Amino acid sequence: MLGWGVEFLWAEMNRLLSLLFHQGVLDEQFLQLQQLQDESSPNFVSEVITIYFHESEKLLRNLRLLLMDRELSDYKKMEIHLNQMMGSSSSIGAKRVCNVCVAFRAASEQNNHAGCLRALELLEHEYCYLKNKLHELFQIEQQRALASGARYPAHQN
Amino acid sequence: MTMAGEILRRQSPAEVDVCGGSAQELHVLAVDDSLVDRKVIEKLLKRLSCKVTAVDSGLRALQYLGLDGEKSSVGFDDLKVNLIMTDYSMPGMTGYELLKKIKESSAFRETPVVIMSSERILARINRCLEEGAEEFLAKPVKLSDVERLKNFVMGGGEVCSDRRINKRRLEENNDRDDGHAPSPVSPPCSCDRAACTSSSSDSSSPSIAPSSSKRLKIHHQG
Repeated sequence: MLGWGVEFLWAEMNRLLSLLFHQGVLDEQFLQLQQLQDESSPNFVSEVITIYFHESEKLLRNLRLLLMDRELSDYKKMEIHLNQMMGSSSSIGAKRVCNVCVAFRAASEQNNHAGCLRALELLEHEYCYLKNKLHELFQIEQQRALASGARYPAHQN
Repeated sequence: MTMAGEILRRQSPAEVDVCGGSAQELHVLAVDDSLVDRKVIEKLLKRLSCKVTAVDSGLRALQYLGLDGEKSSVGFDDLKVNLIMTDYSMPGMTGYELLKKIKESSAFRETPVVIMSSERILARINRCLEEGAEEFLAKPVKLSDVERLKNFVMGGGEVCSDRRINKRRLEENNDRDDGHAPSPVSPPCSCDRAACTSSSSDSSSPSIAPSSSKRLKIHHQG
């Protein structure tokens, strides 16, 4: 980590963010979250995202459980969970996760068990990808914060 | 910002506290079952110097407002809520049901209620507006939405917004007949924007009486 200048880490962060925007994983709502972060709440983004992770994992578990019983799948309940997941995903700018929820909900409305299973797998995959990338983003951010606070003799890149 | 300037011009100096001191602090009650959304709306409101009370259900909102039928010894003179923002889809009591209860109460029927939803279902929107909702906001809610609401509640009237201009066609297609429940009169927009389409101006909707039109306002990134 020594020698990783602040500029380099800014560039890394922006590169990753651009990639995620380009891939449609995140949309401008994520930027809105970043804009809300300030001195009074310096960890706002990571706090909200952490809550999002907790909520989402609970919802995904519930969806999995509901789909395990092929005969008695409670589609109404599934739709409630999906609406919740859609809502919170759109609030943090997780566009691709949101889109999969929409497709999932369509399958649920048709009581299409196989379709729901496929959608759930896709949803878990998208969520996993998002979580990994956001963790990467937070790590870079932490390193950048450390690097800017580091009291080494001026190390120019 | 030109918009803020336009608002200030419409008002007498006595009405507007330009410095935005605590005398003008807005107290907003936010209702949403999603913790993520509560955190975001809370931050949006705090960023605009509003006092926020966030609750996770319609029932808790009613309890907070003292409308749950429980005898309470707390005097409500000091419970000033200037704006209520509620999610539509909530387990137990929906935002619509909460809206109805608020509008039925004598204490809070004049308090503006805004419904938020990530779904744009026309029947739902119309139902809420007919029941007296001030506005129907599409989630995710942005800072500009809340800013506009704050200005409205603080007596600034309608803030002209590009996003409303973009949705004008939708409004014209979907604007319901007036003559339903009375709605707050919005002062005519006096901003200079040529494209301004404040709904109280009747140049583009001659069939709607300016003073009682129910506005279908959908504000979202579109």
